[in-house]
Amino acid sequence: MTLEAAAAIAANRFGLGARPGDLPGIGSDPRGWLRTQLRGGAPLLASDALPSTAQILAGVEPILAERRAARRLRPESTPDAAAAPGEAAATAAVAMRLPQYLRPIYISDSRARWRAAIDSDRPLAERLVHFWSNHFAVSVDKLAVLGIAGSFEREAIRPHVMGRFHELLLAVETHPAMLLYLDNQQSVGPNSQLARRAAGRGRAIGLNENLAREILELHTLGVDGGYTQADVTSFAKVLTGWSLGGGQGRLARGATGTFVFRPNVHEPGAQTVLRKRYAEDDQAQGLAVLADLALAPATAHHIAVKLARHFIADDPPAAAVESIARAFEHSGGDLPVVYAALIDSPRAWDEPTAKFKTPQDYLFSLGRGLELPPESEPRLMSAFDLLGQRQFSPGSPAGWPDRSSDWDGASALMKRIELSDAVAQKLGDRRDAMQLAPQLLGGTLTEATRQSIARAASPAQALALLLTAPEFMRR
Amino acid sequence: MSNQNSRRQFLKLGLAAGGGALCARYAFAAPAVTDARFVFIIQRGALDGLSAVPPYADPDYARLREQLAIGAPGSAGGALALDHLFGLNPGLSFVHEAFAAHEALIFHAVATPYRERSHFDGQDVLESGLTQPHASQVGWLNRAVAGLPPGAAHGAELGIALGQNVPLVLRGPAPIASWSPSKLPDIDDDTLQRIADRYASDPLLSQRLSEALATNRIAGESSDIAEASTSGASASMASVNSAAAAARPGPARYIETVQTAANFLKREDGPAVAVFDTTGWDTHFNEGGAQGQLTLRLGVLDAALRSLKDSLGATWSRTAVLIATEFGRTAAANGTRGTDHGTGAAALLLGGAVQGGRVVCDWPGLSARALYEGRDLRPTLDLRSVIKTVLRDHLKISARTLDAEVFPAHGLPYVADLIRA
Repeated sequence: MTLEAAAAIAANRFGLGARPGDLPGIGSDPRGWLRTQLRGGAPLLASDALPSTAQILAGVEPILAERRAARRLRPESTPDAAAAPGEAAATAAVAMRLPQYLRPIYISDSRARWRAAIDSDRPLAERLVHFWSNHFAVSVDKLAVLGIAGSFEREAIRPHVMGRFHELLLAVETHPAMLLYLDNQQSVGPNSQLARRAAGRGRAIGLNENLAREILELHTLGVDGGYTQADVTSFAKVLTGWSLGGGQGRLARGATGTFVFRPNVHEPGAQTVLRKRYAEDDQAQGLAVLADLALAPATAHHIAVKLARHFIADDPPAAAVESIARAFEHSGGDLPVVYAALIDSPRAWDEPTAKFKTPQDYLFSLGRGLELPPESEPRLMSAFDLLGQRQFSPGSPAGWPDRSSDWDGASALMKRIELSDAVAQKLGDRRDAMQLAPQLLGGTLTEATRQSIARAASPAQALALLLTAPEFMRR
Repeated sequence: MSNQNSRRQFLKLGLAAGGGALCARYAFAAPAVTDARFVFIIQRGALDGLSAVPPYADPDYARLREQLAIGAPGSAGGALALDHLFGLNPGLSFVHEAFAAHEALIFHAVATPYRERSHFDGQDVLESGLTQPHASQVGWLNRAVAGLPPGAAHGAELGIALGQNVPLVLRGPAPIASWSPSKLPDIDDDTLQRIADRYASDPLLSQRLSEALATNRIAGESSDIAEASTSGASASMASVNSAAAAARPGPARYIETVQTAANFLKREDGPAVAVFDTTGWDTHFNEGGAQGQLTLRLGVLDAALRSLKDSLGATWSRTAVLIATEFGRTAAANGTRGTDHGTGAAALLLGGAVQGGRVVCDWPGLSARALYEGRDLRPTLDLRSVIKTVLRDHLKISARTLDAEVFPAHGLPYVADLIRA
């Protein structure tokens, strides 16, 4: 491995792609360049113009109230649009109000995220934000999350990326976006006050195990982490009452759009999760389970595998996984220590372009490499969609997949090529591909690519050949 | 558009003439021998089989399902009649017609060998066809089409994934195309040729590019449909806005996909199999009964199936469509008017080639003692048996290939009379 290739690996695999001038700055100490990025605190967004989750959800309340009122007005038995066309149109207009309110917030957050990725001088920190956001995935294809997936990343992920895993976990599982995404605000202890009162009126309400299962399977232990269905059910009971503020009448509690524990929804009594008895009352029970899960060896292993897969290879080398997991266990989940073990894994530096870029990787590296200006943002936001990876929408709590075969389909490649060409048509006369190629790819630039760029028929074609080069498709 | 297609075709031939790895596979293209067509539709998220195919006459059904229960045929919002025990969800009117026309089979209490409750591992097993998750990077349908009878190499690709990427079930050494509509302008042939030249030394990228070029040519016939359905929508913010649209399934959600699939499958030199995904089945909350969310989503799928039949025309008589999910959902409603992850599920097989009109099921019942682990419908039929039978009787994959390559599990039995003789 030449020093030049190592610098390119640092910028392109660990970072989000080199900008012109980045590689000389990395110079002779790529590992040091990465380690420096682990210091300097939480990678918060510079912009403070974006609303908080509580503000966003406070804006939802009046829309929901309006919708409830519209429903009350409409007789249940005549959903027939022909019977009352004006009324049906009014109902439809009310139904559209929620997405109309949430969508601009989603777009602002998508743009802010893009801008942060393009401008960051700590691209490793920014990539880690994306990594954890994907590990703790929420998805805007659920309308309840559309407005707050971005604020979730800003509030639950960013402040803790350079902290301890336990703090990160806690911030995530108490965030309204996660509670809403995995339905926990609906889950009710079967023997809770609320369930007993409902049963008295002939209504059965009870558990929803969605959040409990995904915490065990996806967020902490991993699917082979040794838990059973009984653990899922008990843990779901432990988490009853973890909810959002707001509500009406007897259910009113806490501030709208913030985490609140609801004792009257919580399942009373001790629960056993993973052979350990948790006798705590109220919220303390869930906090105790999460504290244990955060430090479990299975969690360390699960996180190590995911980090190694993301940063080293689709099928990560066992030695690297082991050293990362050990760093996790020994440090009690101190994330910068874990990242340092990743950076120190020799295998991370063996193979210059081991990872096929995801569409997001690809677009971020394109934006950085071409130093795209803010005016390009609207078009670029739609590019995420065209390439099949719209921001904040992995579509499942497992997050986006992280292997080449998930992203290297023929149709996916063709779209990437067409998009590169469209970008090159637009910028070809203002970017010199011949000059850019070594600045972006450094020691990983091949002679074949250099020649194909040099022989191009036009500056735009040269740029297209750079953006579609095999070494630019990978990191 | 046709101009562009013929240029693409020309380009492809040009690449072939240029030699090298890029074109080697196309030399094997030969006229079809097996004209059977197979479509596999994956329902990701665990479809609630007890709502899709309600066992309305089971004595425990209404009690377990509470307000999610779908009533007996003839009652208000009741099931569409199948037999004395089962009905169909009211959203599945086309499937019901196909059942009446003896072109649809329904499987109930069916499951893969997977017995845990993780979506992602469950889907892995559903697609790999093996007994454990993450045991293979090759899907059962790829292994199957690799075993198509000699001379049945349809075109360059044996199968097509309707989507940007190929799902695990179709991944593997047998050549597979993928296709999804593009809103991007076409690239000029000279630039494309140069990219192809640069990829010549990169096995993955050269293979994918040649697949894409072959597929684009065939897809040309459906691109008019694609354009018609997106016309008026500006390609920029409209696509961002679709983030919200995706939350509510439009009735036309899969129509373009199935029409494109049909255009591929109708061709004599087209692929023998097509696969696409459907989502939105993970109904933990507010699943709804006869008029609820799930019924709505089933209605969207049903409309797509109807469109598939219409688009296939005469090819429908040679087609079998299998619709399956990774596992079922809890027998009882959960505490939030939905259902949690379960085990036994329902699956559908329909098409002109199907010997339909029956519910294939050894019904275990829903009593407390009958339920699997006290909570789920107990599986009594291995989904792989259904698949294996369809592959043998419909696609004519040899029993030897099926036992040795596709489902190397020992002694997986066949199911009688699924495909017309």
